[in-house]
Amino acid sequence: MDGSLLRVFFGTLPFRAASFLFASPLPAAVAAPAHGSAALAPQIAALQQQLAAARSAGDNAWMLVCCALVLLMTGPGLALFYGGLVRRKNVLGTMMQSFALMAIVTVIWALFGYSLCFAPGNVFIGGFRYLFLRGVGAAPNAAYAPTIPQQTFMLFQLMFAIITPALITGAFAERMKFKAMALFMILWTIVVYDPLAHMVWGQGGFLNATLGGRFPTLDFAGGTVVHISSGVSALVCALYLGKRLGYPREVSPPHSVVLSFIGACLLWFGWFGFNAGSALAAGSLASSAFVATQFGAAAGVLGWAGAEWLRNGKPSALGAISGAVAGLVAITPASGFVGPMSSLAIGFIAGLLGYFMVTFIKSRFAYDDSLDAFGVHGMCGTAGALLTGVFATVAVNPVFHDASGRALAVGLLDGNPGQLLNQLVAVAISWGLAIVGTLVILKVVDMAVGLRVSPDQESQGLDLSQHGEEGYNLEV
Amino acid sequence: MTKLEAIIRPASLDAVKNALHEIGIEGMTVIEVRGHGRQKGHTELYRGREYSVDLLPKIKIEMVLPDSRVEETVQAVLRAARTGQIGDGKIFLSRINDAIRIRNEERGEAAL
Repeated sequence: MDGSLLRVFFGTLPFRAASFLFASPLPAAVAAPAHGSAALAPQIAALQQQLAAARSAGDNAWMLVCCALVLLMTGPGLALFYGGLVRRKNVLGTMMQSFALMAIVTVIWALFGYSLCFAPGNVFIGGFRYLFLRGVGAAPNAAYAPTIPQQTFMLFQLMFAIITPALITGAFAERMKFKAMALFMILWTIVVYDPLAHMVWGQGGFLNATLGGRFPTLDFAGGTVVHISSGVSALVCALYLGKRLGYPREVSPPHSVVLSFIGACLLWFGWFGFNAGSALAAGSLASSAFVATQFGAAAGVLGWAGAEWLRNGKPSALGAISGAVAGLVAITPASGFVGPMSSLAIGFIAGLLGYFMVTFIKSRFAYDDSLDAFGVHGMCGTAGALLTGVFATVAVNPVFHDASGRALAVGLLDGNPGQLLNQLVAVAISWGLAIVGTLVILKVVDMAVGLRVSPDQESQGLDLSQHGEEGYNLEV
Repeated sequence: MTKLEAIIRPASLDAVKNALHEIGIEGMTVIEVRGHGRQKGHTELYRGREYSVDLLPKIKIEMVLPDSRVEETVQAVLRAARTGQIGDGKIFLSRINDAIRIRNEERGEAAL
């Protein structure tokens, strides 16, 4: 093949064929021609550039969709899920907490949040290189996601930083001042989320799996960073704020399981972006995580609703959707490391665990984690993080290599029991940081503006007392 | 004039409406209400928490009738709303002083 022929051949290649070629061995063969003709070099370079651009276009298209999917999990997904579980006088106040975080965290992220998570720093927190998003542009950040613009990576991570504090709001539902909530969340993202995200996902972070961590932790999409951090902080909030007025006797049931139902379905839908998107590319790992997500959620439904069915004689709709969320939470850290059968096991265990937590443990210890942020996210997140160390396998994701580049066993069942210890260290650090950080912030916010609404405002409801409006105005 | 208030099972509403229609009673006001008499409530479970629901959904029908038609109307409601179980409801009758049609200020039974 001479140079002009090559140009004619590849110059007319449509996009799909080009990306196919990129994945096949052909380009490598072309890149090292046996006769070593110097005339070919510039054309090969141009060809490689085109192929890289095509791959980047594919990955970027997928990742931008995932960014939107993950945002959809907070609003409307979580807002509806939580909004339906409270009494009708608090529906707007509850939804507004999630929505406000979509705005507040975004601004913090742009100013310094992204930098504290992902700029080079020490082992615990990132530095200031990306302050005000300086230098975060079209060029990829090769350490994190070599085929998409760093802007896309930044945006994707932002959506995680939004939903994580929004999950906490379930613990103090129906009784926290809006002002206190906003201040608490600003401090919480700085004190708890940013350091933990840096430790687990940031380059050089203490717990990072592949970029030089001391205890390489497997957390594909946020079992520690998102679910343990939010769920454990939620428990601290519930204990610190105390119970709602009249809890448990005079608190009425969820005002609309229908809203929660729609919210849970949107969460499930958005979770594909959350987990499969965490492959940070549109390749086969994304497919594998997508599969794990679906199977984890399904098994979670069967675990929770099945336990209810056996115990109460009826499977409830609220139990089924709660089971889906429990399964999704637990499969989150594992989604990029485990196969479909392990996903079924992880989801099913999480469904049972979530049911057990909210039915027995919560009433036994009588804390008012109003919407079960701890029972579902904290505990199923912890189970998921540990089970990731059990089920992760080199067959799905050869994440660890030895010096010669040979893939090593990943999880316990793969023959690497040490990984379970790493997962345990990460779980312990996540719990510790969440407990201490949240306690300190609550104390500060309590002294600054007070945490709880007055008893009068609480009986009036957050909608009227915090926002001056009502969710349901039924007058014609 | 007499006001008839009937508290019935929601499931009986269509039968009662048809029975009233058959004897030529046209006007009525229907309200969704909650309450209980001797009928026991039930419990609902949400995430393992038990809520006892003792105020049950019922339908309240209100009609103001010319005195000449009260008895046959009562009989029609009784026939249509009775299942024989606790929870069938009650009928209350009370005197009405006057009635006024807002459109043309007709008064008394002419306004019904």
